[in-house]
Amino acid sequence: MQPKSPPNPIRRQLLTSITSLLGFVGVIFAAIPFLSAFKPSARAEAAGAPVKVNISKLSPGELMTVEWRGMPVFVYKVSNEAQNVLSADKSKLADPNSDQQQQPEYAQNDTRSRKRGIAVVKGVCTHLGCAPKFYPEATSQDFDPNWQGGFFCPCHGSKFDLAGRVYANVPAPTNLEVPPHYFETDSTLVIGSDGAS
Amino acid sequence: MTTDTRTKRFLNWIDFRFPLTEVFERHLSKYPAPTNLNIWYLFGFLLIFVLAMQIITGLWLMMNYTNSAEEAFSSVEYIMRDVEYGWLIRYMHAAGASAFFALIYLHMFRGMMYGSYQKPRELIWLGGWFTYLILMAEGFTGYVLPWGQMSFWAAQVIISLFSSIPIVGEDLATWIRGDYLVSGITLSRLFAFHVVLLPILLIAIVFFHILALHEIGSNNPDGIDVKKHLDEDGVPLDTKPFFPYDISHDIFALGVFLIIFCSVVFFFPTGGGYIIEYVNYEPANPLSTPAHIVPSWYYTPFYAMLRAVDFPLFGLTAKFLGFATMMAAVAIFAVLPWLDRSPVKSIKYKGILSKTFLGIFVVSFFALCYLGMVPPTETKTLLSKIFTLGYFSYFILMPIYTRIEKCKPVPERVAEA
Repeated sequence: MQPKSPPNPIRRQLLTSITSLLGFVGVIFAAIPFLSAFKPSARAEAAGAPVKVNISKLSPGELMTVEWRGMPVFVYKVSNEAQNVLSADKSKLADPNSDQQQQPEYAQNDTRSRKRGIAVVKGVCTHLGCAPKFYPEATSQDFDPNWQGGFFCPCHGSKFDLAGRVYANVPAPTNLEVPPHYFETDSTLVIGSDGAS
Repeated sequence: MTTDTRTKRFLNWIDFRFPLTEVFERHLSKYPAPTNLNIWYLFGFLLIFVLAMQIITGLWLMMNYTNSAEEAFSSVEYIMRDVEYGWLIRYMHAAGASAFFALIYLHMFRGMMYGSYQKPRELIWLGGWFTYLILMAEGFTGYVLPWGQMSFWAAQVIISLFSSIPIVGEDLATWIRGDYLVSGITLSRLFAFHVVLLPILLIAIVFFHILALHEIGSNNPDGIDVKKHLDEDGVPLDTKPFFPYDISHDIFALGVFLIIFCSVVFFFPTGGGYIIEYVNYEPANPLSTPAHIVPSWYYTPFYAMLRAVDFPLFGLTAKFLGFATMMAAVAIFAVLPWLDRSPVKSIKYKGILSKTFLGIFVVSFFALCYLGMVPPTETKTLLSKIFTLGYFSYFILMPIYTRIEKCKPVPERVAEA
């Protein structure tokens, strides 16, 4: 037996559409908890709390690796000679004036530091997240005969100067990120907070 | 009552309730396999075997593995040292992954050579392509689980690739990691994917692949449509039943495969660093990247492409373009059935252009495989660029060269080939 055609086909079509649409909306709402469960958990966020570092024993040219949010943060003292090199040759850098928002406002200066002489940058290459290696001396290196001192990423060969500024024509697109930080006292650095309030 | 009739009655009882005989005949004893199938047609069977082996060894590994950042590395050491035959099961699983890729690459190449993707086998090809995608995800997630240095930094680099997507990238990468940097949280979810989600998908899609194949029937090295000439029962003349004739070749091939596979597992379990990389014997350290990181050999062609794109274009960053190129290189296989405009299937009857471009593709693939393993230098990056172009030219120029070239006539019957 052929099924009878509905008395009002337009009304039936409308009801079918509305029901399907509502079902679809329901599926979207039901997906929210599952998608949200992928986000960093409360504990992971809490692990992002600021860390305090004692920098009183840091000597010029020395690098200290601090763990913050599970990632390495490089803290180092820039020597006076190195400071001069930093401001000397900017032609090879991709973003010498730190125009891109890779640092808090207070670090948008020629040394990309809040306190002149103490550099704080995330040790996470802006290319694909490897930890760059520190080569502070301005001596010839395998990867660059005219090395001026800075960071070299072993994964894909990105180069950064001592202020974490990226060189042009390397895979990394931007300067190393400067995390929010402030100096509680002369010898105590706090990473992870601007200390504004 | 004789045993024969008893068996028959039992089968009847089953068949009334479940199509056992029908399934056996349709997929094995009456499945028509062309008579001219050659050595290239063995890999499908071997792949099924390796899939089964990976599931069994994986299940056993899972019984002793702990998926937390603190204990993952030591639980693998525990499997290697304290669990009875744990070393064997782990080496089988690790070498099995490499074998899986070696076989699937051969299997895919067979399809490309003999035009097995062409009408009406597009869905078989797509199913196979999807299997390959899932296998890549399986390979990656499995690689992370031992939580060694290479595991950690591979996860870091691969997940960071998503951060190159404009606007949503950074948030997307954090969402995938579940943390601001790869951590134990990331490890747990990759573990869940590796042992539950991806295997289910893999089995489902392989099932689809085989069902689609058995609907259309196998292609053959000459690309002859065997269904054109049937005997009085409607069976293609140029075929033989898969069971027992064809499967006996497959089982012989399995013997040869196992000799090679066991030699690797017993005598070169790390494959000189290509199956298990030496750096991975150091526990993961989020604060220090190893001096030279490389992906497993089966990903290196795509890794070489990622590194080859080091220039921004149209306002997009080099990082994103490299990622996109790499993705495109894998994705482009999916449209192959619609790129090939040739009237013939097999490379045997295609013209010189098809042969040349397939040759360029093979050379590019192996060259990129090598270039992705070695540290980049200026010359090597230039070579990577050239071979990336070679790789893509096979696909992108295909609609042109398959149309203009002169093909040889395809014989009607296998005996005439």
